[in-house]
Formats: sequence, C-alpha cells, structure tokens
Amino acid sequence: MWRDALLVAGKDIRIELRSRVALWQVLPFAVLVLVLFGFALGPGPRALRVAAPGLYWLAVLFSTVLATQRSMAIESGEGTRDGLRLSGIDPAGVFLGKAAAVAIQLVAVQVLLGAGIVVLFDVHVQTWWLALVASVLATVGLSAAGVLYGALSAGLRVRETLLPLLVLPIVAPVLISGSRAWSAAVSGAVASGASWLKILGPFAAVYLAVGVALYGPLQEVA
Amino acid sequence: MDLAVHLRSAVALAGRFPALSGVDLDVGLGEVVAVLGPNGAGKTSLLRTCAGLLPVTSGEAAVLGCDLRADRTQVRRRVGLLGHDAALYDELTALENVRFSVRAAGIGTERVGAALDRLGLVGRLRRTPVMRMSAGQRRRTALAVLVARAPQIWLLDEPHAGLDADARALVGSLVADAAASGAAVVLTSHEPALSVPLADRVVVMRGGRIGETREGGRGAGGEADRFLVAVGEGDVGVA
Repeated sequence: MWRDALLVAGKDIRIELRSRVALWQVLPFAVLVLVLFGFALGPGPRALRVAAPGLYWLAVLFSTVLATQRSMAIESGEGTRDGLRLSGIDPAGVFLGKAAAVAIQLVAVQVLLGAGIVVLFDVHVQTWWLALVASVLATVGLSAAGVLYGALSAGLRVRETLLPLLVLPIVAPVLISGSRAWSAAVSGAVASGASWLKILGPFAAVYLAVGVALYGPLQEVA
Repeated sequence: MDLAVHLRSAVALAGRFPALSGVDLDVGLGEVVAVLGPNGAGKTSLLRTCAGLLPVTSGEAAVLGCDLRADRTQVRRRVGLLGHDAALYDELTALENVRFSVRAAGIGTERVGAALDRLGLVGRLRRTPVMRMSAGQRRRTALAVLVARAPQIWLLDEPHAGLDADARALVGSLVADAAASGAAVVLTSHEPALSVPLADRVVVMRGGRIGETREGGRGAGGEADRFLVAVGEGDVGVA
C-alpha cells in the first residue's frame, strides 16, 4: 500500500509540476482570497490582525477544493480511470497517494499565505509549534476529506459544482479549529490553542481511515 | 490447453443495462480469438468483462482460474486491456507513462526501453508528453505499456484503429509473439481482413451474445481468405 501511495503521489506531483495548475491557478487564487477579504474588512490594522487566522484558513479551504478538483481531473482523461483500476495498484494506495499530492500542494499554499498575512496584516506568530502542529493536522484532514469526496463525485457530470457543496460543510470543523488554534498561536495562549488540536487530530485520523477503507468501493461505482 | 477465459451463460451489466446476455466462450492460453460484430454487439463489453471492469451478475465467469465475481482485483493485475481510449496521462511522456504502468504492476522497469523500441518510440519521441503526440503515436504508447507489462491475457479493442500500415503490421507481430509466449489474446475488430488472419478462432457477436464460431486464419495461409468469404463482411455488420 505504501509503495503504491508513493508511486501515485509521485505521478500526481510530476503532472502538477508539468501542468503548473497549482502554480498559476491555486496559489494566485489563495492570495486573491486573502487580499479581497482584507479589502472587505477595511484598513483597520487591529481588525485585520484579529481576522487574519480565519481568513488564512478560509483561503486554505477554498484552495483545497481547487486542488482536489485538479487531482480528480487527472484521472478523468481518456480511459485513465480504467487504467488505474487495471494497474494493480491497491485502491488504498491510490487514496493515500492522491491525498499526499494534494497535501504537498496545500503546504505550498500555506507557506505563501503565511507570508501573506505577515506582510499584509502584520501578524506575528508567538507559538510556532502550535501553528505548525495545527497546520500539519489540518492539512492531513483537508487532503483526506477532499480526495474522499472527490472520488465520491468523480463519475458525476456535475462534479465541479457538487464537490464544493460536499466538501466545504464537511471541513467546517477544520476551519473553526484551525482558526482558533492559529489565533492562540498568534496571541501566545498555548493552553486554549492546544485544546483545538483535539478536534484536528481525530478529524484527520477518521478521514484517513475512512478513505483507506472506502476508496476502493468508491472507485468502482464512480 | 489451460483456460485463460471461461464464460458460461455469463450476463454482465454496464450500469443498469445488460451488456452481455448469456455469453459462452472459452479461450485457452496461447490462443488468439478475434471477436467480430456490428456496433453495439457487445464486443467491447466482452473485453471489459474479461478485464474485471464490468460486473458479472449471473452465469460462470473465470479468468486465469479466478472467479470474476469474487476476485476481480487478482484478474485485473494479470490482464492487459487496450481500450478505445489510450488510458495515458497527457502531461507525462511515453517513457514516464510506460514506466508508471510497469511499476504499478509491481514488475521491474528493465523491459520498458525494449518495449518503446519495439513500438518505434525512440529518441525524442519517448520524451515527448503524450498530449503532443498524434493519435497513432498515442496508440503505440498504449501498446508499449502492454508489451512492457507482458500480461497473461491481452484484450485488444480494435487494435488496428488509427494506425498506419507499418504499425498495423506491428500489431500482427505483437499478437503472434504474445500467443507464442503462452499468453491468450482476445481482439475485437471491424476489419476482418486484418484480424481474421491473426486468429486461431473467430467468434461473431450480436445483441450481447456469441452467435457463430469458426476457425481463424492463424497459420492457415490461404484458409484465411476462404474464411473471409465465408463470413462475409456484410454478415458481421462491417461498413
């Protein structure tokens, strides 16, 4: 399963590096979300600093939808979905590989957004470990949930519009927990921030487990 | 002869609709079977059923001794399907596509270079992204995947489509070599003149069933021409 996951992740990342969809669409989109929400909140530096963690995670969530759609589109080419089913790759490996490739793109998005909130909103993180752990757990949860629901909608004609409707409500706990954990990391309130990790951790674990178990059947019906 | 494919009264569904309506077919290892028939006869569905892509709902269905209803994953690892679509990743090169397929099958990559050479994908062509290739070159790349994977059953859906004369001749030699190595080959075609000479046996499908079976022309020389006359292109719905 792990060998298959590495193979699929490597393939997806190679395709992304060559098509540059993440570079030219997902990253600019994430920055645009951050800037537009900043405009909407007005020039007050205090309001921007308070809202920054929420805006950051909102931009990450929207980027997750785009990255997941792209990940599923890779397998919607002429016969490629059948090719993957016939390849002999463990479906759990396909799930983990695709989730890993999406997660790598989300890490790139978060690095850019992190720099964005520092530059645009003058936000400085006090407790780095808390912000990093929250980001890692949230990234795993978002990529796992995104790929799982991406597989669910893959065979449908309305998949592009259905995926955000499926994913965004499901990942609301990540938005809330990630924002609160980052707010705590910015203010240095470690105790209150750490409690939000108790939601992010199980969320990631549950979606990883469900994805490993269900990706095969979903691949068959899609 | 060991059986590669064994179907008895097999019914398979494509979505909610029956694609095969009680098919009886045995294909031995080392045997080449050509499947002819008009559009919608069930030729592609037959191949997809043998590949474990369409669910069998009743009857007996086994591929390489594995029950298609119980163990489709095992079957998929051991068959190679060349479908209407090339099943390639557009952004990857021919070399990367073949290498990915071979690694996915869990076999070494040492055959990749030879497979690409065999299909004439040499020099810069093998490092060209598939999206920049012609339809024929894409077809050659898809065939190179099969050659490199060397499956025990080759399922070829109109393998001559979109190929030039040289590549069509190459398909003939690939089929002959696969059979000589002990693999079973099932190929569909709208062109009996190309497919019948390659086959040990020819079956004609209509309405999701196999209607007629005859000797093929493989190794029979002039017998193939007599067969073509006997079957008649109009009889199998070939335009």
